[in-house]
Amino acid sequence: MSDTSQVTPDYNYKVVRQFTIMTIIWGIVGMAVGLLIAAQLFAPALNFDVPWLTYSRLRPLHTNAVIFAFGGCALFATSYYIVQRTCQVRLFSDKLAAFTFWGWQAVIVLAAITLPLGITSSKEYAELEWPIDILIALVWVAYIINFFGTLVIRKVSHIYVANWFLGAFMLTVAVLHIGNSMALPVSFTKSYSIYAGAVDAMMQWWYGHNAVGFFLTAGFLGMMYYFVPKQAGRPVYSYRLSVVHFWALISLYIWAGPHHLHYTALPDWTQSLGMVMSLILFVPSWGGMINGIMTLSGAWHKLRTDPVLRFLIVSLSFYGMSTFEGPMMSIKTVNALSHYTDWTVGHVHSGALGWVAMVSIGSVYHLIPILFGQKGMYSTKLVNVHFWLATIGVVLYIVAMWMSGVLQGLMWRAVNEDGTLTYSFVESLEASYPFYVVRFIGGVFVVAGMLVMAYNTYRTVRAPKGSFASADAAAQAA
Amino acid sequence: MSMFWTIWISVITLGSIIGCYFLLRWCLANNTGVKEGESMGHEFDGIIEINNPLPKWWTYLFYIVIVWGFVYLLLYPGLGAWQGLFGWKSSNQGILTLEESAQARIEAKEQGKLVQYDRELDFAAERFDPIFAEYAKVPVEELATNEEAIKVGQRLFLQNCAQCHGSDAGGQNGGFPNLTDNDWLYGGSGAKIKETLLLGRQGVMPGWIDSFGEQGVDEVVAYTLSLSGRDVDQGLADRGKARFAACAACHGMDGKGNQMLGAPNLTDQIWLYGGSTRAVTETLTYGRNGVMPSFKKTLGEDKIHVVSAYVYSLSN
Repeated sequence: MSDTSQVTPDYNYKVVRQFTIMTIIWGIVGMAVGLLIAAQLFAPALNFDVPWLTYSRLRPLHTNAVIFAFGGCALFATSYYIVQRTCQVRLFSDKLAAFTFWGWQAVIVLAAITLPLGITSSKEYAELEWPIDILIALVWVAYIINFFGTLVIRKVSHIYVANWFLGAFMLTVAVLHIGNSMALPVSFTKSYSIYAGAVDAMMQWWYGHNAVGFFLTAGFLGMMYYFVPKQAGRPVYSYRLSVVHFWALISLYIWAGPHHLHYTALPDWTQSLGMVMSLILFVPSWGGMINGIMTLSGAWHKLRTDPVLRFLIVSLSFYGMSTFEGPMMSIKTVNALSHYTDWTVGHVHSGALGWVAMVSIGSVYHLIPILFGQKGMYSTKLVNVHFWLATIGVVLYIVAMWMSGVLQGLMWRAVNEDGTLTYSFVESLEASYPFYVVRFIGGVFVVAGMLVMAYNTYRTVRAPKGSFASADAAAQAA
Repeated sequence: MSMFWTIWISVITLGSIIGCYFLLRWCLANNTGVKEGESMGHEFDGIIEINNPLPKWWTYLFYIVIVWGFVYLLLYPGLGAWQGLFGWKSSNQGILTLEESAQARIEAKEQGKLVQYDRELDFAAERFDPIFAEYAKVPVEELATNEEAIKVGQRLFLQNCAQCHGSDAGGQNGGFPNLTDNDWLYGGSGAKIKETLLLGRQGVMPGWIDSFGEQGVDEVVAYTLSLSGRDVDQGLADRGKARFAACAACHGMDGKGNQMLGAPNLTDQIWLYGGSTRAVTETLTYGRNGVMPSFKKTLGEDKIHVVSAYVYSLSN
């Protein structure tokens, strides 16, 4: 690897450190809440008859915590790190960086208070009420200014591909959040959307699916484009592939929302259009996976010794799997079976746990030693333990939900010779119970892995600087 | 939809897809000025990028989905007001009233171009209606002894009635009657049950706090509870008896109720909204409104006939 920069600029690592540590903490919180509500599905008494602990209120807390607290902090941390390192310049503004950190934490804490209290706009993944929405918008604009400001003052001639994805993610999320959250307040804690009926549904899923497309895909592809080549020590496979799949991905994703509203009051033409675009999207999505995995060519042996690289590569495999599954599920005929079942839940988690969480965890393991003056983590063995806990957990989760989902879909559509439905809804619920237990066990593995990560991080951060050798060196010594 | 919007939608949709096609074509050729397989010449924090060609199989996949997208948008609605060559519709789009919907259905049928929803309804009617028409010829009481019919009726019950009355038809507190105890608000003959299902029922118990006052309500509660043999303050109940005349208009002087009005029997220890002193006080104070919806439009008369037989069989 060439080493052209002679003097390392004085990077702002403080904000990166803050966001990195909070990624782990919010990851544990968000996933633990998920674990509790997963248990409630087969043991409803676990809401203890307390309104704040009911499934209906904790479910939005879980989704907000894992997407925006865990995923959001991971994106802030890595984007601030990547943009400085690939532009060879300190962040545009330290003050704005500090504002985004404390502002974002305030949003998360407010969410954790208001959602269990039942204060909600009732829009999925956009449940937070208008005062919090305004705070989000302010933080986000500060984030955009800081990121693009850093690009403007960069010391290298080109803009690296990771930054294209991160920039697209930020700009689009701003448009989505502001567009979908427009509401008329009636009090400090209650507002009504300015959209009504089918238009409201369309706006909601334009937002909802692009939260997946831009927050959970484009943003994390940016992360992938830095940490995979860096951890593998290999060049990015194909520049041209990254050009095609970047532009195709961002121009097609924005259309995909209506596939959440198949067979509803949405006009036919909108549904078909959403389906066509979702299906075409499959190919550019895979472009990112190919480019990431092919970057490893010539370095496959590193997977044997480097669990961090394992996290990154397995995350790409899950990315490829869920971006194949998604377009298939957007086909109306398939959707007729999968919609409203646990299949959707399984699909989301193969993306969220398999792709988003794994690529974040891999990146954080890469970052922590660098940010805290070490050459490696306190224990590479524990990283490996985490890797297996996460992988087994995700596989148990997804497989349970696939089986449960297909079972539900088939039971709901089964018809007798007289035209009556064969099963009542309760019967399909009863049939799902064993899978809910398996899903919970998968969740236990995932949360256990996060706790191992927290311990490993604690030991790494607390140790005197320079205590631990890099994973490579440790492997050679052994 | 106006012509403007159709053009707008078509231009941005097809424009995006065609744009992707040209982007793909452009990147297939090497326009980078760097030899294939070599570094692009930029370096970012130690990361370099290789100018490798696009994987062939991936390129073909891209072409296939683009072509497929065009074909689909030609055959099915998607580009604004363009109906698609197949003329397929899920339902009558843009309909605002039931009358318009019925009219659209008639017109579509004359042209032989029913929407998918209506086609499926017709298909189901053709296949399943004769089965229920046969059942409908047998009186409810007799049908209740036909095991096959009871199974069909139970399935319909589980999907349409169990939400309120429970999977075992045992009802639940809060105004959802138990259907297995042969205690009927509006009558338990086959014809009466069917009438309830067809037309629905509206049970109204007025609130008495304004005319009785709190003390008066307590008195009437005591008397009411005494009707089913409960231990009550006798003095209180005696005063309540004097006030009960107002209640007797519906529940009868003896409190045995009136099925013509759906007024419950107060002497049998069966309580629609709970029989605790507190629950009965609540009922008397504020009144109750019970609604059994009409299922005529949801299920149709023949299916209701079979459900009635099932409900009848539960207590006979």
